[in-house]
Amino acid sequence: MPFNDVLKEWEDFPFESFIRSVKKENIRRILNSDRIQLLDFLSLLSNSATEYLEEMAQKAHYLTLQHFGRVIQLYIPLYISNYCTNECAYCGFNMQNKIGRKKLSLEEIEQNAVEIAHHRMRHILLLTGEAPKITPLPYLKEAVLILKKYFASVSIEIFPMLEEEYKILKEAGVDGLTIYQETYDRLIYDRVHLSGRKKDFLYRLEAPERGARAGFRSVNIGPLFGLGDPIREAFFAGLHADYLQRKYPEIEVSISLPRLNEAEGNFKALHPLDDRHYVQTLLAFRLFLPRVGITLSTREKGDFRDSLIPLGITRMSAGSLTTVGGYENRNGALKETPQFEIQDHRSIEEIIEVIKSKGYEPVFKDWDNF
Amino acid sequence: MNKPDTDVLKIGNKIFHNRLIIGTGKFSANHLIPAVIEASGSEMVTVALRRMDFQAGEENILNFIPKNVIVVPNTSGARNADEAIRIARLARELGCGDFVKIEVIHEMKYLMPDNEETLKATAALAKEGFVVLPYVQPDPIIARRLEDAGASAVMPLGSPIGSGRGLKARDFIEMVLENTNLPVIVDAGIGKPSHAAESMELGADAVLVNTAIATAEDPVSAGRAFALAIQAGRIAFISGMMMERKTASPSSPLTGFLNEH
Repeated sequence: MPFNDVLKEWEDFPFESFIRSVKKENIRRILNSDRIQLLDFLSLLSNSATEYLEEMAQKAHYLTLQHFGRVIQLYIPLYISNYCTNECAYCGFNMQNKIGRKKLSLEEIEQNAVEIAHHRMRHILLLTGEAPKITPLPYLKEAVLILKKYFASVSIEIFPMLEEEYKILKEAGVDGLTIYQETYDRLIYDRVHLSGRKKDFLYRLEAPERGARAGFRSVNIGPLFGLGDPIREAFFAGLHADYLQRKYPEIEVSISLPRLNEAEGNFKALHPLDDRHYVQTLLAFRLFLPRVGITLSTREKGDFRDSLIPLGITRMSAGSLTTVGGYENRNGALKETPQFEIQDHRSIEEIIEVIKSKGYEPVFKDWDNF
Repeated sequence: MNKPDTDVLKIGNKIFHNRLIIGTGKFSANHLIPAVIEASGSEMVTVALRRMDFQAGEENILNFIPKNVIVVPNTSGARNADEAIRIARLARELGCGDFVKIEVIHEMKYLMPDNEETLKATAALAKEGFVVLPYVQPDPIIARRLEDAGASAVMPLGSPIGSGRGLKARDFIEMVLENTNLPVIVDAGIGKPSHAAESMELGADAVLVNTAIATAEDPVSAGRAFALAIQAGRIAFISGMMMERKTASPSSPLTGFLNEH
């Protein structure tokens, strides 16, 4: 069954009454159980579970050690263009925003790659806005070929593509696909994506599967918290991750839990997710999907990121810039408009020290050109 | 403690006196690895090729492994035989020697090894002169086939990887032990020294431990505890001491009268 149909089956589920009916006894049973089912996951997102946060955290910590060990995989993002034909109400690169638009030349991509590689980073995430005429597939392919000279792993976070297009990038050396649905709520999706190709909910929803079929090793999905109701968003993202893991068992599925922060355009979160519920959501994911990687970006503040490390995070970005390029000239980059505001401005070296001080080994390379 | 010096383990052309093999993937700090090796006396470690970083200079994980210890690259990340073969060849080109642990996993939910693809990769790599150590689900038939294919040992899992549940597959590991001439290395699921001792008492030739040591509060002491347990289990096994048997051996045998005068 296509995921869209699975999603439709759950859209009418009485979430509010189910969540209200969850009792403490249910949470205690779930925490003692070895196998956490879909509705248990929903129960763990409910208010009744909020007071079991410490128990959830202990279990999440243990499960993460068991399956991933005391290691944190590091990666760094590189935006190569901020041209965009979409009008996403929450995004700094929204086509309506009057910001300096820029696309890196292949030489500039190489300069950035050299600078980043100096700092030991071996996994890179390549990002663009959605402007296929300005950043067409051949340009993206060239960009990947350059990055593969410097990095063991290249992932992409770009506009959704056809399976054949993904295949071309896979052949060029891309091993990971990151694509966020932003919101699983069709009405809100339509409301916040005012115009552009991104208005097509289904084309985006099925992109992770096209990527899996194209042969990417890892697929990273997630909602953007702040748009839809956070419990539903988390539930649907969990449903999606579980679906992908079952349907494409050879893929390493991972999730991200980005929260909206201030972006150009002053979009205010429709449903903010506070720190406590953010942590609860993260823990519920770990308990429901013990082997799924959890990625944490620099959208979150430094000290908060540090506290999340033992709770189930397996991959973190470090030293990130969300401007176009900028690694070759960090001071210049600070004056430009980012896609989103970075909350953790620490250097790669500082992040490494923090990870070590928490009793974890930062892992720079965990992939190769197989 | 007296260790029977003549009791050695031979894999490929190498001789081992210590029967603990350490996996390196989950340590909180690479600098702990040499201390764990020293405390445990381990002579063989596994390292995923995907983790080796030859551009990292001193920080490359291989630099934390003492020179007298055999490094066995593993093919973590391989989803089929072809990928495992490519990884093994790459490891050899990079100077990792001839030993290779074959790990072929194509489902990320349970991370169970694919015996069929593992067998294919083993056959191909053994022909190329590799010392092949295949990681498999315990099955006496696959153990036989691996032996025919030229494997140098067989590595059945004790229970699901990372689970620390011990010898959930005990009965099947016993079948492997009874049906192969290869050294048997119990790999995966070993959570406590007692599990390791139990494996050795059954007659396993060595035990591979990763998670239980790497994620312990004090990995150095944990490494030592595992080494001692393995040694105890080994000595018990070769001592011929009375162990649990499937068939009873009563002190007053029913057929004893036949020997009476």
